Parts: sequence; C-alpha cells; structure tokens
Amino acid sequence: MTIFAVFDIGLVVLILGIAVSTIAARDAFAAVIGFVVYGLLLSIAWVRLAAVDVALTEAAIGGGMTGMLMLGAVARLRFAGGNDISISLPVRFATAVLCALVAAGLAIAVLSPPDAIPTLAPMVMENLAQSGLGNPVAGVLFVYRALDTLLEKVVLILALLGVWSLAPDSVWGGIPGLRVYARRSSTLTFLAQLLPPVGIVVAIYMCWVGAKEPGGAFQGGTVLAAMWLLVMIAGLKRVPSIGQPWLRPLLVVGPVIFLAIGLAGMVLANAFLAYPPGYAKPLIVAVEVALTLSIGVALGLLAAGPLEQAQQQ
Amino acid sequence: MPEANVLPDATTTDGALLVLAIVSPAAGVLLSFVLGGQYAERIAAVLLPSGLFLASIIFVDVWRSGDRLIYIVGDWTPPLGIALRADGLSAAMMMTMAIVICAVAIFALADFGTRAGSAEARAPFAFWILLMAIWGAMNMVFLGGDLFTLYVAIELLTFAAVPLVCLDGRAETLQAALRYLLFALLGSILYLVGTALLYGSYATLDIVLLSRRIHMEPATLVAAALMTIGLFAKTALFPLHLWLPPAHAGAPAAASAVLSAVVVKGSFFIVVRLWFDVMPGMLGPAGAQLFGGLGAAAIVFGSVVALQQQRLKLLIAYSTVAQIGYLFLMFPLALDTVSAELQSSGALTGGMLQAISHATAKAAMFMAAGIIYAVLGHDRIAELGGVARAIPMTIFAFALGGVSLIGLPPSGGFLAKWLLLEAAVATGQWWWAIVMLAGGLFTSGYMFIVLSRAVAPSGEPLKPRVAVPRYQEAAALALALTSLLLGLVAFGPVDILQAGRLESMLVGPR
Repeated sequence: MTIFAVFDIGLVVLILGIAVSTIAARDAFAAVIGFVVYGLLLSIAWVRLAAVDVALTEAAIGGGMTGMLMLGAVARLRFAGGNDISISLPVRFATAVLCALVAAGLAIAVLSPPDAIPTLAPMVMENLAQSGLGNPVAGVLFVYRALDTLLEKVVLILALLGVWSLAPDSVWGGIPGLRVYARRSSTLTFLAQLLPPVGIVVAIYMCWVGAKEPGGAFQGGTVLAAMWLLVMIAGLKRVPSIGQPWLRPLLVVGPVIFLAIGLAGMVLANAFLAYPPGYAKPLIVAVEVALTLSIGVALGLLAAGPLEQAQQQ
Repeated sequence: MPEANVLPDATTTDGALLVLAIVSPAAGVLLSFVLGGQYAERIAAVLLPSGLFLASIIFVDVWRSGDRLIYIVGDWTPPLGIALRADGLSAAMMMTMAIVICAVAIFALADFGTRAGSAEARAPFAFWILLMAIWGAMNMVFLGGDLFTLYVAIELLTFAAVPLVCLDGRAETLQAALRYLLFALLGSILYLVGTALLYGSYATLDIVLLSRRIHMEPATLVAAALMTIGLFAKTALFPLHLWLPPAHAGAPAAASAVLSAVVVKGSFFIVVRLWFDVMPGMLGPAGAQLFGGLGAAAIVFGSVVALQQQRLKLLIAYSTVAQIGYLFLMFPLALDTVSAELQSSGALTGGMLQAISHATAKAAMFMAAGIIYAVLGHDRIAELGGVARAIPMTIFAFALGGVSLIGLPPSGGFLAKWLLLEAAVATGQWWWAIVMLAGGLFTSGYMFIVLSRAVAPSGEPLKPRVAVPRYQEAAALALALTSLLLGLVAFGPVDILQAGRLESMLVGPR
C-alpha cells in the first residue's frame, strides 16, 4: 500500500514538474517534447485511477497524435522561418490570470464534493448484458450514447476538410505536404519495415478486444495511423494524393456503416441507433472495425497536413 | 429514484422527424465528401430545400399541438440514453435557420456553383459540405436534449464554420480564421469542463432531469460559470468579440451571411437552454444584471465602432457585435422579481424574436454587401456613390435589413424591441429601455451613413464590373422582406415560442 502511495506522490510531482517546464520552455520544440511526456505521464495516472480506457486514449491521442501534429507544426514554422514569434506581456498576463481562474474554479469544485457522489455506472452495467458487450465504455459509446459517437466521427471528417481547404487552388486533388526522410538503410527505414506488422496486429487486437476489455476503434485507429505515417515518413510508401479513388471511401466507411445500421434500427429494432435483440454485439463489432479503418486514415491524413504539391502523372 | 414516475418521456408521433433533421445533413456531408466534384452542390440542392420542408412540418406540428415533439434515441431513456426534444423555441429557430440557409444557398450559386463536367474545385467542394454541416449542427443545437450532445453539436458547428472564414485563402483571412478557431476551441473546452462537473454532481446531463436535480452548490456554480464564459466566447459577446469582425468581414459574402446570421445563434441558443431550462433559479438578480450589462456594453461599443468604419463589410460585422448585445438584455428582463427565476415570459419571446429577425436581416445585409463589392470591386463606404442607381434592388434589400435592425414597424426587430421594452417597463428597469433606445439611434446613424452615400449621385455613370445575377439580388431581397414582415407574426404564430416550455408543462396546457 505504502509503495503505491510513494509511487503516486512521485507521479504527481513529476507531472507537475513536466507541466511547469512545458510552460516555461521558450523553444517550441522543447515545449512539444514536454507536452508529449506530460501526456504519457497522465496516462499512467489514469491507469492508477483504474480508468484504463482513458489511459489508452490519453496515450494515443493526447501524447502520441497531438504530439505528432505539434511536431509537424514546429517543423513547418522552422521551415517558414517564423519560429521567433514573441508574445506580448499583457497577453501572457491575461493567459496566466485566465488559467489561474479556471484552476481555482476546478479546485473549488473538486475539493468540495457532494456527500454522496451520484453515478450512472451501476445502471450502465445492469443494462449492458442485453447488448452482449463486456466493456462499459464501449456500451456508453455504441449503445446508450451512440448518436454522440456517430456525430463525433463526422466532426473528424470536417476537421480533415478544414485542413485540406487551406491548400492553394492549383494543388487541389494533390498530395499532402508530409516531410519525408527517405534515406536508404537508415534506422528509420529499418523501424518502418519492422514495426508495422506488429502495429497492425496490435491495432486489430485493440479494435476486437474493445467490446470486452479496454480498447476500441479510436485507440486501434490511432495505432494504424501511426504505422501508416511511419511508413510514409520513411519514404517506403508515397503519400497518396487526395484524389485517389480508394481514399475517400475509406474515410467515410466507418460513419456510413454506423449511420446505416442506425437507420436500420428504425425498422428492425425500436428506434434509431437501437440494435435488434441478439445482434447488438456483431453489429457493434462491425461498426468498430469500419471505424478503426476510417479513423486510422483520417488521423494519418490530418498529421500529413495541408496539400502542397499537385498530383503527378 | 423519485423522478422516474414523474417523467413520461417517450417518443411522440412524428418524433422520427427530429432524427431526420439531424441525420440527413450528416448523410449529405458524408455522401458529398466521398462523391466529390459537382455532387456536393447537387446533394445540397436536394437536401437543403427538403430541410426547409422538414422544419416547416415540425414547426406546424409544435404550433398546432402546443406541445413538444420527443424522440428517444436508441430506445434508451435518459439518463442512460439521449432524448431529442423540439419545443417552441427549437421549432421557431429551426424554421428561421432553414430559411436563411436556403437563401444563402441560392445566393452562393453564383460564387460556388460548379459547371457540369468540370473538375472538382477546392472552394465549392468545401463550401457546400460545410453549409450542410452547419445546417445539421444547428438542428442538433436546437433539438439536443442533453448537454453533452449539445457539446458535440457546437464542435460540429465550429469545425464547419472556421474553414468558411478563410475559403478565399488570403493571408489576412487565414489569420482571422485562426483567431476564430482559438476563441472557439477555448469556448468548447470551458463548456466541456463544465459538463463534466455537472455530470459528476448529478449523474445526468439530460436537460429535463438536470433541471429537477440541480441546486446551488460550489461545483455547480463553477460549472455554470465556465460553460457560460465558453459560450460567450463562441457567441462573441463583448468583451470576447475580438475574433468576430475580421472573421465575418473577411469571409466570402455567402459565408459571412451564414456566419453572422446563423452560427453565432447556435452558442447563444445553448446559453438560453442552460439558464432558462436547466437552472432558471440560479442566475439571480446580480447575474441577470451582469448579463444585461455585458449586452449593453456590446450595444454601445459595437455601434460606436461601427460608426467609425471605412469599409462596409466591417461596419456590418461590428453591427453584429452590437446586435448580439440585444440578445442578452432579455436575461434581466425575464427575471421574475418574486421567485428570482428566469421566466418564459414576453422578454424571452422578445429576445428570441430579436435572434430570428437579426438572422434574416443580417444575412440579407451581408449578401447585399457582397453584391456591392462585386459590382464596385471594393466596399469603401466613402466611394459608394451611384451604386443605388446601378443595383437598386440590392440597396433596397440593404435598407430593409437596416429597418429591422433599427426596429421600425412592422419589422421583426420592432416587435422584438417592443416586447423587451414592455418587459422593461413592467419590471421597472428603465435603464435597459434607455440602452435599447440609444442602440436604435446608433443603428439609424450607421445605416444613414451607408445609405446616404449609396444614393448620392456619382460623377460619371457607374459601370458595374460584373453582371450580378438576378437571383442573387432576389435572395437578398427575399430575406430582407422576411425580416421586415416578421413583425406580423404578432397576429399569428408568435405564441409558438412558449409551446412545450418546461414551466407550461408543469402547470399543464394553457
């Protein structure tokens, strides 16, 4: 027990330290690295709080994907020579005040909890059996609150469209401007050949196990995206142009199948996004598989960034 | 749980229409994205008018029955599941936004139309998809019966609205879009933190359930404050309006119209839901005066800055900052002095009518400004001379929009301000009446500046740089006329705004 207490205190100190150093860092690159480490430490904290689903998501999205996006932004800024943007003192002061206010508010809320903390968890578990799922988080995402999950996937498509819409007209339909480091027989090439088979298996496992245990489409999709990006950055596979005929169907296949199953529920079950009795689990797994693919491609393309070159040939 | 037997929440007849109102835009977005090319425009051409049709059916349903339409998604009743609910406010706002979006779509055919057989182009492809996404997100804002569903809705709205700002790709519009994105994301995150706190305290985010369980405690107050500030940032209420003028003025005309008329009303609507439906008793007199004070500051600041503008689109954008202020005057005016609760009274009707009439009038004015820009090649107010002779219909539409903003009869703005003034007199809060009257005076001022320049004769006859299609002018005029004649709803469906409200539910049908 005490060893865990020591570990927890150490973890908290470490998280706070990394947070401070991230804010204090004057170099964008250093700040991003700090942020990634912060995300990974936070995911350990979530594991300690027994929220493994949150931990996986924090590690994959908060640390991994966001870090990747920000590193890309830093690289672009360096390339464009805009790295030394100084922020004026009043803006810094205002930011500090705002952050302090939010932190104080949260502290008030967290330090004075209600006498009995109400929760929906027992009700979630009680009703989970009829869907055949074992993971309550999957239950919330795909059974009780499927509408939110479905529309969040549309948000992802819109985000990608927003990134694409930044391109000059002349390169529309062209290739995202991912920085490629193609060097023969480098460590990167080696890793890009070694890791993807493992990564793909992990992604499939995460997607599959999500129905029973922590995991699911978003985590699996992130791993897929990471593998795809690794292969593209190493120059083993070319970054596809957004006009490729396979690309957009892959991007929407997840939400489209989700939507179709939801609409079928209006006829075959009692309501929109209700599943016919006995078919809930297979249908949800089908949705998760399609979503994993779509999320993987969408996150990969988001990290690849805006279009930069017109399509060749 | 004691609430279980009080709550007869069940899908009503025609409740499936609510699902359709959210699902069909989503399907349109996905289909357009995958088919690409000219299909985006064609799909929008089919879906947007059917959306208007759908909104009118829901409107008539709610108006006739005087009660809400409800749909239980996935057959899971709240708190486990999500309910979609259409009360009078939702129905009226859905109808308005459907009209505005259809008019904007017609107007946009000139700038974002795609010729059959041409290759896919960036701007039209993005525009039509984003327009459908905004329509779907707004429907979700109006129908969502759950605070987290509303979060998803404003996320959709943000990601649909921000790319519209920089659709023409100039460096300054990119900067404006980025600033908008930062404000909007800050707003989202504050709102989300607030929802998490509320869930932690009450184990539900359903609006009806929450309104029965909520009580004054520190966590709830913090949550309410964070959510409200976040939504204010998205609504561009003074002093969080900094992002609005460059974003709304820099966007292409059709996009400006939809951003100013439609998008800012989304987060405003959630403020109304939050304070009138979830916690009507928590704002209190001090909070209500604060909301009203911010609104008054927005009116004065926005109007004064609008008066100083050299460019027409910026003037209209600052006018939006001012008009948003009016929306917040209804909070102190709707506060019942005895129970210290926000009441669904004449002030609420006035405030919502202000939102509706501003939506139609402002869309018309931004469209008119777009036409003026296309004809002159600039929008410098000092050099507008002769434009009224070249495009009289457009200037007329612009003037009619102004009539509604000023609040002259029989416009919607008149009825809105009338109801708000009435509430100010009834509750003895004369200071809000002064602000409203002063705001009207300011509005007349900047409308006069623009119109007097526009009707002034120019030295030589003005040669339009482009031929403006008739349908563009007609779309602007149609919206301006809608706004002008909106005051006539006083004789008809104005009472829909009270239909199916929570209080009237508890008291029983009137």
